Amino acid sequence: MKDIAQGYMTEDGRQIGAVLMELKNITLKFGGVQAITNASFDIREGEIRAIIGPNGAGKSSMLNVINGFYHPQEGEVWFHGKKRPSMPPSEIARQGIARTFQNIALFHGMTTVENVMTGRQLMMKKNFFWQLLRVGPALEEETVHRRKCEEIIDFLEIQAIRKTPVGSLPYGLQKRVELARALAMEPKLLLLDEPMAGMNVEEKEDMSRFILDVNDQYGTTIALIEHDMSVVMDLADRVVVLDYGKMLADGTPDEVQKNQAVIDAYLGVEN
Amino acid sequence: MFYRESGQFKSSYKEDMQAFPIREDKIGIAVWLLLAYLYVPFFGLPGLEYGFALNAIMIPVLIFTITTIGLNILVGYTGQISLGTAAFMGVGAYSCYKLTSYFPDVNIIILIFSSGFFAAAVGALFGLPSLRIKGFYLVVATLAAQFFLEWCFIRIGWLYNFNPSGAIEVPQREAFGFIVTGAAAEPVTRYLVVLTILIFLTIIAGNLVRGRIGRSWMMIRDMDIAAELIGVRPLTTKLSAFAVSSYYCGVSGALMVFMWLGAAEVESFDVNHSFLYLFMVILGGLGSITGSYMGAAFIWTFPLVLKEIGKVFEINPTVMENVSLVAIGVMIVFILIKEPHGLARLWQLGKQKLRIWPFPH
Repeated sequence: MKDIAQGYMTEDGRQIGAVLMELKNITLKFGGVQAITNASFDIREGEIRAIIGPNGAGKSSMLNVINGFYHPQEGEVWFHGKKRPSMPPSEIARQGIARTFQNIALFHGMTTVENVMTGRQLMMKKNFFWQLLRVGPALEEETVHRRKCEEIIDFLEIQAIRKTPVGSLPYGLQKRVELARALAMEPKLLLLDEPMAGMNVEEKEDMSRFILDVNDQYGTTIALIEHDMSVVMDLADRVVVLDYGKMLADGTPDEVQKNQAVIDAYLGVEN
Repeated sequence: MFYRESGQFKSSYKEDMQAFPIREDKIGIAVWLLLAYLYVPFFGLPGLEYGFALNAIMIPVLIFTITTIGLNILVGYTGQISLGTAAFMGVGAYSCYKLTSYFPDVNIIILIFSSGFFAAAVGALFGLPSLRIKGFYLVVATLAAQFFLEWCFIRIGWLYNFNPSGAIEVPQREAFGFIVTGAAAEPVTRYLVVLTILIFLTIIAGNLVRGRIGRSWMMIRDMDIAAELIGVRPLTTKLSAFAVSSYYCGVSGALMVFMWLGAAEVESFDVNHSFLYLFMVILGGLGSITGSYMGAAFIWTFPLVLKEIGKVFEINPTVMENVSLVAIGVMIVFILIKEPHGLARLWQLGKQKLRIWPFPH
């Protein structure tokens, strides 16, 4: 994969663009524990990028570095061709990075539609005084964003639970609401932390379909962590493999599957 | 039968986002408003002496409702906790007193609204620790605010114009040609002023919590890490909640002294009152404006009702007073265990039942 400087064509014929995010020599330590060691890879516009690895490989830490929740001791994060300075996660969200969580992090006191509306927070600009009057422009703005949220709700087929408090929803639907909330942010880069953990086959199929649709319809770049290899191999355009914080391989699913180091890490090496 | 949403279709998002989307609720609110504006000012409350109904029940309940809404914004909607409520009310009361001393000719209602801004500034200042600390530790920090401000109310003579008694005494002030404060003000005028201010502030609070700002408060309450990753700035969000909450407390503090007590010392703003307001919020329902009304009305009238019962059975009034304290304590424990969302939740459940009555399945 040396010939992809200007982007490349996937097997199913989607054109992948230039580099959106580049991680250069990231090293992350927690005290004496080396969570990530010297990892470098890039994420390109429009692609579905998977990060895989055994438990404790540093995958979630990597996502946390990308959205600024952790600050790596060494290395640089380049976004949109610019080096990103160290900044709080709320500012990074403003640059267009959204994510979902491994253990669902919905706002449990609110309904589905309110949760999705929270994704629009950054796009709502009317100030405090319009907000307290809630007439004219403020109400107009609320309506515009509500319409957008309803589109996403339709897209993910969660209309029926629109006004249900999310705390009472089953696990699979909560995951879907969380995806809806992230989509409402209209992110340039969407990070999914184990979007299919704990789902049955049918739910996994639904979720995979939604991820592909999101990528296809909105052109959103997606980076995901997933343990189900068949899902990863089907969805991802390129795969990064981490083990004990080190990068084992980086390439298309086929390349990664044939890589001896990856096979050893997953199956163990005969001593 | 009487409370149904079936057949009431919404054809625009605006209609769907109304405060009361169900027609029966609108009728209910209209009835309450009519009673409050047309019945109570002329007849008081049924079965009670007119002056007592207004002075001892309606006016304090309405004022404490403003406090409760304010505290609910902080505790119920933003998930921060404060035991400095009474002191923030004190800031409102003392600043209104100072303002009216300096500007005796300005409409007192404008001054009452302005005094809230002083409380908001002080509240935001003491809200700063909330960025670093949560839960019990934040309680201690706000408790420090309570005691520090109490100290100011005693030691800084300038605040009460060096009055030898240490109290602030409300002068007579007029607004729109009516005497609204001081001994000469009619209870009904004060009642109507307080009622109108309460309704105005309720509408604003309702608008805020349904919009962007209210959502950002609730995001911080429910999951602060996720909120931050969506782009909510914890600093501005928490401080705005402290400021708005303290504004409500400040206005209600000014109203309490100017429209109800007539004179006040530091004892009106001590920590026991802070607890009382917190009980109103908890009992009424965290994160509910309707609940704020219920909590304030319940906590205030319950001891009065018990007192009346004590009179009927000829029990010593001091015994009854202690009984009501115990009863309220027991009730709070009970509510916290059985129904953490308070009276508002019970009310909602009742409406839910009514919706599907008589076929609950």
